Order: sequence, then structure tokens, then C-alpha cells
Amino acid sequence: MLLVLLALILAMGGVMLLNKALTPEYGLDLAGGTTVTLQPITPDGSDPSEESLNLAVNIIRDRVNGSGISDAEVAIAGDNIVISVPGVGQEEVVKLVGTTAELRFRQVLAIGAGAPTPPGEMSTQAPTPSASPTATGGQGTPAPKPSATAPKPSETAAPSPTGSPAGRGLSSALTDPSPAASAQPGKGATPSAQARQNGTQNGTGAARQGKGATPSAAPSSPAPSTSATPSAQATPPAEESVAGIDLGGIDEAVLKEFQALDCSKKDRGQGAQDEPNKQFAGCSDDGSVKYILDKAAVTGTAIDSAEAGQEPSTGEWLVQLSFKGQGPEQWTKVTTTAYNSQEPRTQVAMVLDGVVISAPVIQEPITGGRAQISGGFTLETATELANQLKYGALPLKFEKGSIDEVSSTLGADQLRGGLIAGAIGLALVVVYSMLYYRGLGVVSVLSLAVATILTYQSVVLLGHFAGFRLSLPHIIGLIVSIGITADSFIVYFERIRDEMKEGRRTLRAAVEVAWVRARRTILIADAVMFIAAVVLYFLAVGGVAGFAFAMGLTTLIDIVVVFMFTKPFVALLARLKFFAKGHPLSGLDAERMSVQPVAGPKTVSQEA
Amino acid sequence: MAGLVSRLYRGEVNVDFVGRQKLWYSLSAFLLVISVAGLIVNGLNLGVEFKGGSVFSFKAPSATIEQVRGTIQEAGAHQVIVQTTNNGWRVTTESLPEQEVTAVQNAVTKRFGGDVTLQVIGGSWGGQVADKAVIGLIVFMLAIILYLTMAFEWKMALAAIVALIHDLVITAGVYAWSGFEVTPATLLGFLTILGYSLYDAVVVFDMIKEVTAKLGTTSKVTYTQAANDALNHTLIRSLNTTLVAILPVAAILFIGTTLFGAGTLKDLSLALFVGMIVGTYSSLCVATPLLVTLKEREPRYRKIAERLAATGGAGAKTEGAKAARQTVTAGAAKAAAADDKRKKK
Repeated sequence: MLLVLLALILAMGGVMLLNKALTPEYGLDLAGGTTVTLQPITPDGSDPSEESLNLAVNIIRDRVNGSGISDAEVAIAGDNIVISVPGVGQEEVVKLVGTTAELRFRQVLAIGAGAPTPPGEMSTQAPTPSASPTATGGQGTPAPKPSATAPKPSETAAPSPTGSPAGRGLSSALTDPSPAASAQPGKGATPSAQARQNGTQNGTGAARQGKGATPSAAPSSPAPSTSATPSAQATPPAEESVAGIDLGGIDEAVLKEFQALDCSKKDRGQGAQDEPNKQFAGCSDDGSVKYILDKAAVTGTAIDSAEAGQEPSTGEWLVQLSFKGQGPEQWTKVTTTAYNSQEPRTQVAMVLDGVVISAPVIQEPITGGRAQISGGFTLETATELANQLKYGALPLKFEKGSIDEVSSTLGADQLRGGLIAGAIGLALVVVYSMLYYRGLGVVSVLSLAVATILTYQSVVLLGHFAGFRLSLPHIIGLIVSIGITADSFIVYFERIRDEMKEGRRTLRAAVEVAWVRARRTILIADAVMFIAAVVLYFLAVGGVAGFAFAMGLTTLIDIVVVFMFTKPFVALLARLKFFAKGHPLSGLDAERMSVQPVAGPKTVSQEA
Repeated sequence: MAGLVSRLYRGEVNVDFVGRQKLWYSLSAFLLVISVAGLIVNGLNLGVEFKGGSVFSFKAPSATIEQVRGTIQEAGAHQVIVQTTNNGWRVTTESLPEQEVTAVQNAVTKRFGGDVTLQVIGGSWGGQVADKAVIGLIVFMLAIILYLTMAFEWKMALAAIVALIHDLVITAGVYAWSGFEVTPATLLGFLTILGYSLYDAVVVFDMIKEVTAKLGTTSKVTYTQAANDALNHTLIRSLNTTLVAILPVAAILFIGTTLFGAGTLKDLSLALFVGMIVGTYSSLCVATPLLVTLKEREPRYRKIAERLAATGGAGAKTEGAKAARQTVTAGAAKAAAADDKRKKK
């Protein structure tokens, strides 16, 4: 046991060294942090309702502190929302919390090139959307590969050459997640779609310019018959379907909007203002493609859970969704409709905050209420999107206000004072233990030392890997928990002394018998603490949850210390003559326990 | 005194905790009434984090934290949290009325120069955080009642929860009367007490359960006496534990605040200090007598009490207590022997 514990401590120490994590991460009150002010924007410029602000605060709090242990604070300030996150350089938080994350699934009705593109430029890089001047890597995707016009018939994980989300696919998690399902290019099909568009529509300047690109797209297309090719050339039916383009069902106003839409402009996102009950003209998030989309078929509120995960065969990061309520039904319906439609209406677009983040071709109706978004994600971006989707959409759109780095709310003097006083208190505990328990005091002091080491290591490791932030209340809580740890072996020692008082067994036997009874008490009492910690951790939010986490942690450490250190150590000491013979300094001497050599119970009753 | 200590050390005390229940109940009732009165009359001095407040931002490159804090306190604010930002200073105070806001702004401008911007902020711990904490507490109490009912019995669960509420109300009362600020840190202190109070009661109840389990129809002691004996048996443990837990807290409260001034430390450690003392007191003097009152109504324990009262008369009580010890220790020995046997097998 002792060796196991030693190994545990050394292992944790090793991990700490390997990760160069030697000090805990501190909370807002001790380390300061970054304060971000978000200003809500309403469509008509009116003040946001208090209700929607409160809702936004709750969602932001979940997003920024989903696990509840990072000690972040979110407050309403006037009409603004102020977020305080511990630690400096937390600008990425702004992105995480400020995004509305209004997700809608809409069937694609028509597609066009995102921007008016000079024909010359188009011809060099056509037919992929990478020709668009605004094409950015977005979402941490790989850099464009200029040579990618050559089709890769079976490579699926590699999106279109832009490396943009164009290559993102969507497939049912329940159906075989074969590459074909997710690799069918969504936006990759754009040029041909554009061609169709032009064929029936003598459109705007943008459309005419796009027309110029079409011929160059066609010749360079090797047109492989497999649908798995990620590049734009992969849509052989393009020419046939040009004539078959159907503008039916498209709202005139939306069509005009679509024609006027220039995705190369910076502010192409329409924010949360896309009405779910209306058709919508929007851009892909790299600006290379624009879409006319049908009414929302499924909205983000139908998302039950969202997790970042990896495609088992390719290792590609993706976001897995499952729907709830009406969601699965709606999802089956829209995928069935899309499957039975003509190009480009076989695509279902996923619109996040008014921007199309992916528009995969539906290979088959997807039942079962699960879906996955794949392509071009990294662990971070997949997790970020999953969190945004999981905790729901903000009811308001926000503009990023000021970002300030703030110092700690407590002076350094407070922390120092707390630590010094705590150290004095612990020293008193040590003195008291030694005076009262003599030899056994050594055990209690060593147990406390082990508990302290384990606690420190846990806090450091949790800070490094789980974002646990130590605040002043946590520190005080940890100091108090030392009392609880101490109680565990006080219970045990008193039991040993009870056994010894009965005077009929050796110390070695007493240590074992007392342990059986003390163990039950310790477990029941610790269970109470642990229930308190678990309930509060899961039900409370903000600092309360963080504190509950620390409470649960110390309770576990208490059990570890008592079971793996105190008990084995006492058993070890019991073999020593010093303790077994009841030396006056051992804390187990007969005189101090008023044990007469003859019979314990009788003596007790006489004195009582 | 030395005699008492050494008798305590040897576990030879026999304080009649349960028998003096009227005294304890009166004392607790008195404390509770005072606490509730304090909560009604004074209310709690809630911190900025709960109620929201005013945030002043200004640039004063040459100022020190102490100067900034002093200036704003002189201008009339009581709760002052000073932070530096990459843009100068950020000072959070309680919600100030308009004229005090002006006073603060003027004082800052006069002392440090420059403009002062004001922002009114809501509580970062208000609304949902507080609501969810309350929901969490209620669920927690139900979970604990359920758990203790399974581990012990519902009467013990009830007694433990009553003692817990007793502790929390009295601690809150101390805050109401002292006017100490209730910050998130204080709230977390309350939560610590909650855990501590229950923990203490559970350890005591565990011993009571063990001792009273041996009571039969022919017992020479009543439930009351057996419970009281169990209390005395764990008295050493209770006192030791409280002392060990309270020493660091007392150090923080007294040394920390005298040396380093008031602040979060003081607010937090007061809650813990009071809560722990009350928690230990309530386990011994509230939870247990309450439990005994509940248990003595059970027919089997009432029968024992009636039989002993009839035969033993006035002296039954003290005699009984002695006998109880004998039963207890003998019983314990038997149990231990059984354990030994199991071990050998």
C-alpha cells in the first residue's frame, strides 16, 4: 500500500515535471484575468429585453465555464455583458462566447460563385472555388494546394483545394461513415452550379462574370465517375442538369437578394438575423460560394448533444450531433427530400449565424437523428463548435466591446496573509498532535503531509489539464479540509485506544480490529461530504460549482490518505517495540490510557 | 483543570448532554431567535458580486493601490475592490446613489486628475448563480436525508438536518449582527460549514448507532443513557477534530486579519470559525437530544425506560449510566472478538 502510494505520488510528480506544470493555475481573485465587454445588437436598434440578456448570460456562462471549475464570471452591466476570465491573453474567449451559434439546417435551392471574379484569374485556378479572392483558410484548415485540380478519386478527408469548409461533409453517424458520404463536395460543385444558374438566368454582373469561368471549368474537368472526389470536377451530371435547373419555389425577393449578394465583402455574415421561416440567401464562410436556401428544416434548438470526435478510419476531427424532440423526424424528412431532388438541391446546408459552414450532398436519407459535421477541423475548432452548439444559441447578436486585462481583485497581501496564517495554523495542529498523540502524532503529521502533497499535485494537474482555477475560497476550503483529513485518523486513533483500553489484545491486533470499525465511520462520513460535493457541482453554477469540485477532490484524497497511508503506516509502527510495549512517548502507554493490567471494563466502571 | 484534561484524555468524562436537553434547547432557541431577528432587522450586507454595483474606471499612472482605495473610501464607498487594468484603474464599489457617485468622481479627479467613467454592473453572482445554488442546496438536503435514512435511519437523518439548519441560521445571524460583508467567499464558507456540520453529526451518530444496537428488552440502560454514553465516548474525538480543524481557521481569522487588514479573508474565516463551533455544539447538544427524544417514543425503548423507572427509582439514572459503560465496553469486546475470528478464518 505504502509503495503504491509512493508510486502514485511519484507518477503525478513525473507528469507535472514532464508538462512543466509546477504551480497551480490561480483564479480571478488571485491572478487577475481578462475582462471582455460584449454589446448586444438588435435588428432595430432597440434595447434588448432583460429576459434575452439573462438568457444570453446563462448561455455564455456555460460556454466559458462549461465544466464549472474555471472560475470565470459573467455579469450584466447596463445593456452589456461583461465576462471575466482568469488568466491573461484569453482573447480567444471572445470568439467562443460572442458567437451567436444560431444553427439551422436548410436545403440548398441554388448555388452561385461567391464573388465577382476576374475571368483571367478564374481561368488559372478554375474550377475550384479557391479562385475567390476572399477564400481564407478559416477554421484552421490546411493551406490551399494549388495543384489540387487534379482529382483524387478516393481521397476523402482532404477537402477541396481551398482547404476551406467547402470540403466539409455531413453524414449520418449511424450509416457507414464511409468516405464517400462525407467527401461528396458540397461547395465543390459550385462552378457547375453556377453554369446552370447562368444558363437559365441572364443575371446580374456577378452572374455574368461567373459565366466566363464556366467554360474553363468544364474542359479542365476530368470528370471521374466516382462521387468521392472532393474537387469540383466531381459532378459529371453537371451539363445534363443545366437545363434541368429549377428556380421554382424560390422566392423572388430572396432571388434578388441572392443576385445582389457579394460574398467577397468583409461583413457577409448576416448574424443571427436569418429568419428560420423564410428562404435565405447566404455565403459560405470562406466567401467563395453563395446559396439560396430553403426555410430552415431543423434548427439548433433541436440539438440534443454535440461532441467533438474523430473519424475512426482517417483520424479527421468532426462534430457529432444528435437531435431531440422533433429533430430526428425533421432531419429524416429534409435528407429524404434532398436525396430525391435534382442537383444542387441534393445538398443540405448548415447555416451557423447566417453563414453556410457546410453544405454536403445527401447520399441517402438519414434516419436515427444523428449527424456529423466533418472536414478541416482541428481538435480546438471542433470542440469550440461543439460547445457553441451544445449550450445553445444566444438570443442576441453581440459586438465585441473593450477587452481589458485586469489585475487580481485581492491584493497580494491577502493571499500572503492567508498563506502565512494557514501555515501558522497548521504548525499549531502539528504541535497539538504531537503533544496529544505523542508517537502517533508522527503518523498524523506525516499523513497530513501526504495529504498536502497529493492535494497540491492534484490541483496543479487539474489546473493544467482541466482548467481548474484556484481561488482564495478554494485555498481556505483546502485548509479546512485538512481538519477533515485529520478527523479521519483521530477517529482511527481513538478506536485503537478503545481497543487498548480493553487491555486484552496486543497492539498489532488492536490496530486491525480498530481499523475495521473506524473504516466504516470514515466511509459514511466521507460519503456525506462527497454527496454534498457532487450535488452542488452538478446543480450549481459559477464559483459554487468550482468550490464543490474542490470539496469532492479533498474528500477523495482523504480516503486515499487514510486507506493507503495512515492505516498501513500504523500497522507498520505496531511492529516496533517502541509502540507495542507502550512506551510513555508512544501515545499508547498503559498509564496514560488508565489501563490496569488486569481487566479493562471493570476499571472503567469503577472510575465512572 | 488539569484533572479535567487528563480525564478527557483517558476518556473518563461523563457529561450528561442528553439529560440537559432543556438547557440546550433554550440556548439554541435563544440563539436562533436572535439570529432571525438580526436577519430581519439588519439583513445581510451583501457584496457587490450579489447585488451589483458601480465600476469606476480612470487613469492614474502614479497612484498606488492604497491611495486609490483610500480616496474612494473617503468619498463614501464602503465596499471597494481595486484592480489595475492595461488601461489604468478599475474600482468596483457597491451601488452608490447619484451624489456619492459624483463625490467619488470628484475625489478621484481632484486627487489624480483625469476623467472618471462610470459603469453600473449587475451581480456576477446574482440571479441564476444564486438560484441554482439554492436549488442545489435543497436537492443536497434531500439526498442527504435519503442517504442517512439508508445508512442509519430517518430519525437520525432528520436530527442531522435540523442541526444543520440550526448551524446555518446562527452563522448567518452572526453576519447580520456583525455587518460583515457576505461575499461569494462567505457563501462558500457557509457551504464548508454545511459539510462540516453533517460530517460531525454523522460521526457521532455512527457511535450512537453502534452502542444502542445492543439494547434489548433486558437492558439495564435506557436509550437516553446509552446515547449519552456514546456521546461521551466520542467527546474526545469531537473536541480533537474541532480543535484541529479550527486552529488554522482561527489563525487566519485573528492573525491574518490583524496583520493584513480586513478583506475576503476576514469575511470567510469568520463564517468558518463560527460555523465550526456551532457545528460541534449542535452535534452534541442539539442533534443527539433531538434524536433521543424521537427514539424514546418507540415502544421498545419506552418499555425499557418504564421498567427501569419502576425498579431503579431515583438512583436509576446514574447507576444506569455506569452499567451502560459496562454493557458498551463488553459489547464492543464481543464485537471485536468476532472480528478477530473472521480475520483468522
